[in-house]
Amino acid sequence: MKTFAIGGVHPQENKFSASSPTEVLPIPAKVFIPLSQSLGVPSKPLVKKGDEVKIGQMIAAGEALISSNLHSPVSGKVEKVDDYIDASGYRRPAIFITVEGEEWMPEIDTSPDFIGEITLEGPAIIQKIKEMGIVGMGGATFPTHVKLMIPPGKKAEYLIINGVECEPYLTSDHRLMLEKPAEIITGIRLLMKALGVEKAIIGIENNKPDAIELLSKTAADYPGIEVVPLKVKYPQGGEKQLIAALTGREVPSGKLPIEVGCVVQNVGTAFAVYEAVQKNKPLIERIVTVTGSNISQPSNFLVRIGTPIITLLEKAGWNPEKAGKIINGGPMMGKALFSPEVPLVKGTSGILVLNRDEAYREKTEPCIRCAKCISVCPMGLQPYLLARVSEIGRFDIAENEYILDCIECGSCQYTCPSARPLLDHIRLGKYKVNQIIRSRKN
Amino acid sequence: MNQLIISGSPHVHGEMSIKSIMWGVVIALIPAWLVSLWYFGIAALFVTLLAILSCVAIEYVIQKYLLHQEPTISDGSAVVTGLLLAFNVPSSLPWWQVIIGSLVAIGIAKMSFGGLGKNIFNPALVARVFLLISFPVSMTTWPRPIESRMAFLNFDGITGPTALGTLKTHLAMGETISQIKLPTYISLFWGEIGGSLGEVSAIALILGGIYLLYRKIITWHIPVSYILTSFLFAGILWWVNPEKYIDPVFHILAGGLLLGAIYMATDMVSSPMTPWGQIVFGIGCGVLTILIRVFGAYPEGVSFAILIMNAFVPLINRAFKPKRFGEVK
Ligand code: SF4
Ligand code: SF4
Repeated sequence: MKTFAIGGVHPQENKFSASSPTEVLPIPAKVFIPLSQSLGVPSKPLVKKGDEVKIGQMIAAGEALISSNLHSPVSGKVEKVDDYIDASGYRRPAIFITVEGEEWMPEIDTSPDFIGEITLEGPAIIQKIKEMGIVGMGGATFPTHVKLMIPPGKKAEYLIINGVECEPYLTSDHRLMLEKPAEIITGIRLLMKALGVEKAIIGIENNKPDAIELLSKTAADYPGIEVVPLKVKYPQGGEKQLIAALTGREVPSGKLPIEVGCVVQNVGTAFAVYEAVQKNKPLIERIVTVTGSNISQPSNFLVRIGTPIITLLEKAGWNPEKAGKIINGGPMMGKALFSPEVPLVKGTSGILVLNRDEAYREKTEPCIRCAKCISVCPMGLQPYLLARVSEIGRFDIAENEYILDCIECGSCQYTCPSARPLLDHIRLGKYKVNQIIRSRKN
Repeated sequence: MNQLIISGSPHVHGEMSIKSIMWGVVIALIPAWLVSLWYFGIAALFVTLLAILSCVAIEYVIQKYLLHQEPTISDGSAVVTGLLLAFNVPSSLPWWQVIIGSLVAIGIAKMSFGGLGKNIFNPALVARVFLLISFPVSMTTWPRPIESRMAFLNFDGITGPTALGTLKTHLAMGETISQIKLPTYISLFWGEIGGSLGEVSAIALILGGIYLLYRKIITWHIPVSYILTSFLFAGILWWVNPEKYIDPVFHILAGGLLLGAIYMATDMVSSPMTPWGQIVFGIGCGVLTILIRVFGAYPEGVSFAILIMNAFVPLINRAFKPKRFGEVK
């Protein structure tokens, strides 16, 4: 079975919520929509205090090149446009909306009917995707329309669809593939048309045989779409690793996937594209896995963007007394939250709550030069060295040892028998090296 | 709700720890240890226990009273050093020489370099070579298997040479290979020969090696390149003149080559970190071992070969990098 060649680890999968069907979470009384929800420049608010909004109405515009539109996930009244305390404890601007009734924008098709027929042409599809505020749903939240614009001189050959869900615990993509296969395949066809490619490959790890079977069956009518089962290995969902696993091509260091003729999109994004183009529906809700040792009923919820995360935790039965760490995302790459009072954003694929006893790190011991970090690094780097030189401030060495190639997958730190905080140091090193490079150009 | 814990990803950690690695090595050494207890009896038991105890005690004393650190003896690394030291000396070694060996291994080779992870040379081998040079007689007096089982302190009349020793002396006397009476492959394989306490049984050492590979504590690169190089090099010499040079299988099975290739050269701290670096290291060890055995003054060359290659590790680490993803050539 296919997989990527260099490095990788296999953490405990712990997919507790894999067999829990997606549950629609009731709309909360209040939502708050952070203005920065995608990679790039924050969106510019279009509403002010006291304005009435409908579900799906655009409330903030992505004006910069890399930026995205935001739409109201609820109907009601804008309470204020003000700072909130974000996941890391910083003040960031958000639009606060008090929910009143449930009134949709009239142009949105809210019927459950499936529409498989594609009427729009490529550029119109991309325009629609941009309008509807679609961003990468796998966690990186790169605006999707930007990814679909192929730079001059390059040509897209393959659309790569990420159905890997290699992060332990998370099951939102798995559930989506089981519950919306036809919509996903239509979304993929739309993306293929937008890119002008003949071939799409969906990569799914073989711990989800039901999804592999169902999507293969659904895609059978479209000869250009192929479903490929992959051996379970983390970080197979990394763009470069997924391309390597599926096509055998290696994206050169420092380059984007288009360099080898590939564009990667997540299955969740394909679904969002379907809804945007076929149903006129902006990105206002998503599936979120709520799981972990602290959660009594690991679940998958369909949730409106802007819902406070604490609402989800309560619904899934968390135990605040025992909770030690709340993570936005999976255990390998997710971000520890400062408080559960933050809103759900477009890039939240799961919330993992660990009990206090398993939330602490292990005691750090001296590096025993075992080279395990090297053998698991999917980028072929020397993590012990990068961490060490970053720690002592030798950023010149860090740069020459390709610290910027690091995808922050955490495999090195996960594996290190001495439990060294390798990625903490490497992150700092990357930040510094980037800073040095920027100052050099000026 | 209590204060939440905030830290960077990853938020989970794998199962491997220093402890699990060190105890894994101990488990891998048990078959060879049992064989040596069978052949060399109570003296072997005494030397291993003494070496382990003294290594652990010395590390504890140095950390606690000299360096005023939190002692880390529970990580098992001193136990491994003690065990390997015992494996590399004759079971008849006087008790105080064993303690001196531990002092050199832990005190000089490990702690003065900064403790676990910082030493350049393999501590047990440094101690072995130190003992060999300081106490050449007791370090080259080898109790005979089975006969010496019940012996303790007094080994008169029950010692003999090692296979490699016999070979070297008789070749020096001008005999040809076919005239020399050497142990059979079978006894080399099971370990019914004179030699260092833990090096005698090829089968037991290989079994432990398979376990280390299975547990992913070592990789194949060093043992395979070391053994293969020795085999090829010795094979060429043998092919040139089989009456002057012994066959390669003998070289692999006799002496400390397997112990060295599987357990000593693979010491994480003192060996290279990338696959190619490890292969180069193994080749270097193999070439040096055979060179010393065949052309050097000592019948055995494993310890010297590994220590010399240890000194090259920083250079090898710089020269051989892992293959990067998307390397632009
Ligand atoms: S976090 Fe970076 S250095 Fe560590 S394994 Fe992943 S890519 Fe390699
Ligand atoms: S895995 Fe940890 S102990 Fe091993 S070499 Fe890397 S940093 Fe050192």
